[in-house]
Parts: sequence; structure tokens; C-alpha cells
Amino acid sequence: MRSPPQRAALAWALAGLAACAVLPWYSLQGNVFALGWLPHIATKEAAPLLLQAFSHGRGWLLPIGLLFALAAAIAFTFPAAARKPLGAWLVGIGGFGVAYTLLQGFALGIKGWSFGFLTALAGTTTQTQIGMGLGAVLVVLGFLFLLTTGIALRGSFRGDMFVAGGVGLCVLLVVLFTFVPLFVMLTGGFQNQEGAWSISAFANRLFNERIWGLACVQGAGRCGVAWNTLFLALCTATGCTLLGLAFALTVTRTKFPAKKLVRVLTVLPIVTPPFVIGLGLILILGRSGLVNQFLEYAFDIAPSRWIYGLQGVLLAQLFAFTPVAFLVLIGVVEGVSPTLEEAAQTLRADRAKVFTTVSFPLMLPGIANAFLISFIESIADFGNPIVLGGNYAVLSTEIYFSIVGAQLDQGKAAVLALILLSFALGAFWIQRRVLGKKSYVSMTGKGDSGLPVPLPARVEKGVYAIVIPWLCLTVILYVLALLGGFVETWGRDYTPTLKHFWKAFSVEFSAAGGTGLGIVWTGAAWNSFWTTLTLATIAAPFTAALGLLTAWLITRNQFAGKNAFEFMTLLSFAIPGTIIGVAYILAFNVPPIEITGTALVILLCFMFRNLPVGVRAGVATMSQLDKSLDEASLTLRGSSFTTLRRVVLPLMRPAIVAALVYSFVRSMTTVSAVIFLVSAEYDLATAFIIGRVVNADYGIALAYCTVLVVMMILAILLIQWLVGDRNQKIGRKSK
Amino acid sequence: MKKEPARIVFESVRKAYGPVVAVRDVSFEIPAGTLVTLLGPSGCGKTTTLRMIAGLELPTSGRMLIGERDVSGLPASERDVSMVFQSYALFPHMNVIENVAYGLVVSGTAKPAAHAGAREALKSVGLEGKEARLPSELSGGQQQRVAVARALVLEPSVLLFDEPLSNLDAKLRRSMREEIRDLQQRLGVTVVYVTHDQEEALAVSDHIVVMNHAEIAQIGSPRDLYERPETVFVATFMGDANLVAALLQHTSATHGDVRLGGMTLPVAHRGIAAGQVQVSLRPESLAVQASSAMHAGETHPAGILQGVIKKAAYLGTHIEYHVTTAIGELFLKCDEVLQPIAPGADVSLTPTGHGVTVLKP
Repeated sequence: MRSPPQRAALAWALAGLAACAVLPWYSLQGNVFALGWLPHIATKEAAPLLLQAFSHGRGWLLPIGLLFALAAAIAFTFPAAARKPLGAWLVGIGGFGVAYTLLQGFALGIKGWSFGFLTALAGTTTQTQIGMGLGAVLVVLGFLFLLTTGIALRGSFRGDMFVAGGVGLCVLLVVLFTFVPLFVMLTGGFQNQEGAWSISAFANRLFNERIWGLACVQGAGRCGVAWNTLFLALCTATGCTLLGLAFALTVTRTKFPAKKLVRVLTVLPIVTPPFVIGLGLILILGRSGLVNQFLEYAFDIAPSRWIYGLQGVLLAQLFAFTPVAFLVLIGVVEGVSPTLEEAAQTLRADRAKVFTTVSFPLMLPGIANAFLISFIESIADFGNPIVLGGNYAVLSTEIYFSIVGAQLDQGKAAVLALILLSFALGAFWIQRRVLGKKSYVSMTGKGDSGLPVPLPARVEKGVYAIVIPWLCLTVILYVLALLGGFVETWGRDYTPTLKHFWKAFSVEFSAAGGTGLGIVWTGAAWNSFWTTLTLATIAAPFTAALGLLTAWLITRNQFAGKNAFEFMTLLSFAIPGTIIGVAYILAFNVPPIEITGTALVILLCFMFRNLPVGVRAGVATMSQLDKSLDEASLTLRGSSFTTLRRVVLPLMRPAIVAALVYSFVRSMTTVSAVIFLVSAEYDLATAFIIGRVVNADYGIALAYCTVLVVMMILAILLIQWLVGDRNQKIGRKSK
Repeated sequence: MKKEPARIVFESVRKAYGPVVAVRDVSFEIPAGTLVTLLGPSGCGKTTTLRMIAGLELPTSGRMLIGERDVSGLPASERDVSMVFQSYALFPHMNVIENVAYGLVVSGTAKPAAHAGAREALKSVGLEGKEARLPSELSGGQQQRVAVARALVLEPSVLLFDEPLSNLDAKLRRSMREEIRDLQQRLGVTVVYVTHDQEEALAVSDHIVVMNHAEIAQIGSPRDLYERPETVFVATFMGDANLVAALLQHTSATHGDVRLGGMTLPVAHRGIAAGQVQVSLRPESLAVQASSAMHAGETHPAGILQGVIKKAAYLGTHIEYHVTTAIGELFLKCDEVLQPIAPGADVSLTPTGHGVTVLKP
């Protein structure tokens, strides 16, 4: 009788062997799952590993197949009691296998050796290879799981091979699809235009007047993009925090009649594409916007381009990120225990004193957190600066133009990205410290009695003076943005029309041309619409699954390096999308992972950009579930996988819904990363809209935004209906 | 149970979380078919020890056997051990029968057979007719029974209880602990039971393992631990004890006398060297009698200690006295409840002949 880990090792070894024997080793032109390669399996392009090694002269691949054969033999013959020796063998084989497979892929590329020192070491080679295919993917996974099963057999991860495998998989994926691309991109900063290594090239790029110049302080010329970015982010963060706090106090501490409306407005920025606000601002304050038109009509003042620049971006970011700050602050304000305030009152403090000496100091760490989150959002923002920035350049747009524009200077993009990354990680680091050390919000789980102390009258008036106008502005902004798609030309001709929708989404019925019902999608937007919808739909379940798996590993398991593991998954959240986008096209343009221009690269980008959201939803829900539920299942002979499937997942429906919805919605609305990854074949909605906005074709852009918002609301309802909500009957804790 | 119960052996097992040692090089054997309690204050390592038997934690070093099998590196799902959790850990999304059948279903038993087995287990804990209820619709005692039935259904060779009664009220706690003891005797299964309540431990155990500061303080039968505690910790943790300094003299190979404020009490010296020692006096080791009959000038008979009542508390079955004496303040219990002695009264204390132990330094 073989033990379960032994059987697992045997299965993975045999799967690896099978992949070596039948699946194409290299990536194919067409879809590998369509099996079009089967007739050509003997060719140099489609051959599996063993054929490549024997018939096509790629003998260096052969050890991979031999390693699997060895692993299978060992797993088959070892006695069940010999856990540690078997583990040692599997660790050796798996570890060496993963390293060897990846290294040979990185070392030998399309033009022979990928690195100069290899030519010096081994001489020139005539051998070349292209990106890895399905066979190679399965082989790497096979080696990985042999390695993790071996580690579990040796007693780590509480001897649990599923946990070991899960951690291994997450680490491999995050490293390959977050850290490797970043590394590849950043090395670009150290290469000069000819591709040779050069510190001076790096220094020249880094200490550049365009980045660090301070001309604007002396009153002449423009400041560097780094200062621009920081200044904008500080303004945005300050503004968002103040507005967010005002809203949070209004909702919790006053009798404000429109609290529901505040809550609804916080959801809107999540389901609207990022430039709806920018476009709305243009409709109000732009050259042909309402304000300018009125001024021209009433006072004969010439329309100005005032909105394009720092003011416009700042305004748009305030609208966009105040809800984020609000959501952070509402938790903090609600977390201040009324009992503490009542205690202060019984000690003869009046309402103003209670607020200034107890409530406010308790909220301070949360306020710092909201500030830092808004700061990170602002420096990572790409949509608003590109629409409204005008001559005010920030790092994210500067990176975009150095890659996409006429300059095509990868080195410059890399250095700009390095600066942006260090800002983002710096803020992220401070945020973690603030949260780690100074959070007073008490989560005792005991019901706190008592009513929150209402705001002092003067503070209340001040808060209302901020909240009410801002609320009105927000509503007007969204209404106008939606209306904009229904008129001929904003600013000139306000005749209601559906022509923009028709232009984007027209269909024709023809008996001859189409398939099935004979529908021909003639509208300009259909291509990007279907691509976005399909990719977001495919990405959502994978993101949710990987995110919840990571959350489960973090909350429910103890293993060495867990903190580093958790930090790694959270860190990718702090990396601005623009950087990820640039990193992906640079890193995945060459073997072994050669996927630029495919749908796969967009899918991967969706997944790894949104992964932290799934992780956080999972962690939040799982920390409310009694841990002994899992342990009860384990002691009843349920494996970790059974436990996850039968006990944890059924109790996690809210988190599943949240992860699916967020992943889907963020995929539909993201722009900063994917703008670099779209191709003619795989265009995305947001990239399409930005193209229209840049051409000042606002009608179609706004019409498209309207359709996206409706789509997303429908999708959210559908997901909620599919996953269901059975939680009313179940007490959240088992006690 | 068709399966034989299994013994459990720990051979210098250590569990460390980084620099924090939760269990320090512990060795003991739990004989097959007995009920053994792990007892100690919170944070002493008893729950970690239990979780290592379950496989929920793996030892940092050392060897563990269940039966004859080395399980040191074996995960929970591959061990023949079941556990009843402090919070019961009933799956809230499954009804009673699904909960109890869970272990059988995930081990590959067909559903009808699994449910038949589950019904059998529910019968053995006296909980028929509640199969379709959700755990949230049961009382605390019923949830406890479901948890026990769920652990029994796999007929494990070892059954573990982690403070199973701590969520029940005092009355129910007493009847549940008797039921657990009956069940263990009936099935002959090896049971390891964690608690911090010494009375509970004394009531149910064949043997008690007292733990303190990640180490074993003493192992023995309930009577061993109460009547012959070895250390100050065990003496004070297992019931109440007055600790007083005394002089020990050896009188034979096994016995000696301790001299305590004029009294000479015979004790087993247990290899402790003669000289100044610490002695534990149980509250029932000295009988309290009012000495109002004695008059000034009368000499006290030898072997009697004089004192003054400082405090008295009437508890129905007995009275607790704090008595000020020449050897310090003593806490004593007296079964004579009909004539309580008022604070301030003089009393004489006579040895009852038991409850006196010499402690290891």
C-alpha cells in the first residue's frame, strides 16, 4: 500500500513523462487546444520533448525526460515508511528539474545564446529555440509538484503536500509573472541604445533635468516629472483624505438625510471606466464645456483650456479617489468605540473636547492610511493624466510616451519606472508601518453598546459646507457623462441622438454573410467589446481561485517564510499598472515566455493585477471562520483539498462573489497596464475609448462608457445570482 | 469497536515556534485503552501536545508513536486519530447526519453506508431523531454529543478531547464528563483529554499528566497527584495547599518525621534529604476545634497547634477557616458545619493523619 504523497509523486512523474512524449514542447502559432498540430507532430515546430531530443538534435532536453523516469521509478519502488529518503529524492529531482528547464529556456533564445558570457564560455552555437509551449508548461508544473511533495514528505508544511503544492504554485506564478518582468525591465535601464551594459547610461537617464528639474520654483519653465508626480499626489491625497473624512463623519455622526446617496456614489467609481470622470469634467469645464459656453455667451469671455493641466488632473483624481478614502475612513470612524467617548463624557468633557481629545486621536492612524492609499492611487493613475494632463507630465504618462511614442526609448522608460516604483513602494512601506504599529481600532468582537457622539454643531456645519456641494457636483458629473453619449456634438449641437451608439454597436442581419442567425457585427466597437468581455470572463474565475487559494494558505496554514509569502502577494498590489504593462511587453517578447500580442498576455495581466483583491476578500472572510472547522475535517481523514472544497469554500460564498465581481469589473475598466498589451487582434474597450478621447471623439467614447457601466451592473447581478447567497441560515461562527 | 486501542509514546518531543518553545523535550507513554488527562494552566503546552497527537502540529524534534507506528512526520489526515474540539467545530452548512457522516464520506464510503454508520454513532451518544437539524438549531449539550458522535464514527484507535466541556454550564459539565468516561470504558478506546480544571481531571482520568512551562511537572493517578504531589506547583495546582517550612528527619529507609511548630508528623520522605524542607498541608490535614474549654495556664498537649480564627466562610457542606498560627496563616476546611467558630476565637489544630507531603526543593 503506497502512501498518498507517494501516489501523488508517481502521478506527477507519469504526467511529466506523458507531456514529454506527446505534447508540443514549443509554443505554436495556433491554439494548442484545437489539436491542429496533431498531423504535424513529427515536425521541428510541433514535436514533443522526446522527439525534439532524438530527431531534431536538441539533446540537451533529454535529461528532463530522464528525470521524470527516475522520479517515477523511485516513487514506485520506495517503501511507504521511508518518507524522508523519498522526500529527499523528490526535492532533488524536482528542484533540479525546475531550475534546469527554466535556465535552458532563458539561456538559449531565437538567436542562439541569450547572454554574451555564454558565448564566451561555450562558443557560438547554431542552436536556437522559440518560446515554451504546453509541453514545457506541464513539465515545469510536474517538477514543481515533485519538489513540493518532497518538501512535504520531509516534514515542512505540517507534512501536507497540498499546502506545499499550493504555496509552490503561487510563488512560481507570482515570481514568473510579477518579479521576473520587473527585473527584466529594470535591467533595461542599465543598457545603452546599442544594448551594451553601461552604468553611465543609467546615471545619465536618472539624473535628468526633465525628471528632477526645479525650474518652476524659480518661476521660469517647467519642473521635472518626478516633482510633478509627487506634488500632484500630495495634493490629491490631502484633498481626498479631507473629503473622505467629511463624508465618513457625515454618514456616522450626523442626521444627514441623503446617507444612502453617499453610499451609492462610493460604488460608482468602481463600476465606471476610469475616464468617465475626466470626460465629465471636459463636458463641464472643457473648451466647449458648459461653463466656458456660458461665460462666452454671457460675458463674451473667450473659452479657455484651463481644465487641461494640473488643476484638471487634480480635480478628476479628487472625484475618482475620494470614495476610496471614504471607504477606508468609514471603517475607522465606525471603529471608534462609543464606550470610550461616553467614558470621556462622564469625566466632564464636553462634545468638542471629546472629539478633539478622544475621537480624533483614535482616528489618526486610519487617516494616515487613507492619505497613503490615495497617494499610491494618484501616482499610479494613468487614465486621468492622459485625458486631462495637457502639458503637465507625470511619471505614468511619461513612461507611456517613451514606449509608445516616437521616442521608443526602453532605457528611459525603465528608469522612469524605477523612480515611480520606488515612490509607490516607499508609500506602501510607510503604510504597512502605520497600520502595523499604530492601529487603535479595537476589534474585540464584543458588541459595543452606546451611541456615537454627534459632531459638535460648528464642526457639523463645516462638514456640511464641504459635503453638500461636492455631492451635487459628483451627481452632475455622472449625469452629464452619461448624457454626453446621447447628443450630436457637445457644445455645438445638443440634438438627442443614438448615432454614437449606432456607430459603435450597429449590427446587420444578412442571410449570406454571417453564421447562425446571420448577424454581422458591423459596429466599430464590437471587436474590443467582445474581447474585453471574453477575457474578463475567463480571467475572473482564475483570479478568484488563485486569490482565495493564496488567502487560505496565508490564514490557515503555518509554514516557514509565510510572512515573506504574504508580503510578496500584497506587494504586487503596490506596483503601478503602467510599470506592469511595460514590464510585460519587454519581458514576454522573447523566449522562453513569448506571448506579447496574444490574448494570453492580457489574461495574465488581468490575473496578476487583480490577484491581491481576491486575496484580501478571502483573508477578510476566512478570518471570521473558526479555524477548528478545518482542523475537524483534517482529523476526520479529509485531506487539505477535501477540506478546502467541502468545508471552507461552501462557507466562503460572500468572498467568492466579491473576488469574482472585483476581478471582472477591474478587468473591464483597467487601462494603465493593458494599454501596452493590446494588439490589432486583441483590442480592449478601455484602449479603444482612449483612442477616441485622444481624437476628441467624445460622443462615441461616452456612449461606450454607458454600455460598459450597464454591462458591469448586469454582470454583478448575474454573478450574485449564480453563486447564490445562502448565508442567512448559517451562523458565521460554529459556536 | 473492532479495532484494538493503541498506546501513545512520546520520546523527547519538542515543539518550538521560532525562539518560543511550546513543548520542551517531553517523554511519556499513554497505555492503550486508558483515559489520560493533560492538565495545566493556560499556555503550559498541553493543547500543543494534544495537537501533535492529532497531527495538527508536527514536532520540531523527537519521536512519536501511535501503536507501534512512528507518526512523527505524518499529517492529520493520515492518522488513525479523531478529535473533539473545544468549539465543537460542527460544520454550520451541514445538518447533523451530514456532519457525523463526513469522515466516512470523505474516506470513500458510499453515502447510504456512511449515513447508516452515522446513525449508529448518534445512537451511541443518545441523539436519535435530530438527524436533519442544523447545528445552530441544537443546544450546547446536543452540539457536544454531535461532535463526539462525529469523532467516533471512524472508530479511531485514539480519541482526543480539547477542553470539551468548557462551553457548558456547571450542571451539564458534570453529567457530560460522566458520559465521556462511560463511553470510554464501554468502547475501550484510548482517550487523551485536555483540561485546565483539576476537579474534572480528578473525576475522569486513569492517569493525569500535569504540565507547566512547556514541561511535564508530574505524571500519576489522580490519588498520586493529590495525595503525593512532588513539587510546589503540583501541590498548589491540584487543589489547595498550605506551604510551610519544616525540619525533616529520616526515621527509616522510606519514612521520616517533620517537625512543625511543636507537632511531629510522620511522612514518606521520598528520597528528600533531611534538613530544612517545604511541606504541603492540605486543608483537611488538620482538624479545627474550638479551644474555649482550655483556661489560661493550662499546658497544651504535645502535637497540637494553637491558633486564632481570622476569617470563616460557610459553604454548606463545609466551612473554610483562615487560622493564624505560629507557623503562619493556614487555610483549613472543617466538616463540622453545625457549630461554626466565630472569627477571633482561639482554636486548637490536631493532625488528621493524612494530607501532609514533603515537597522537592
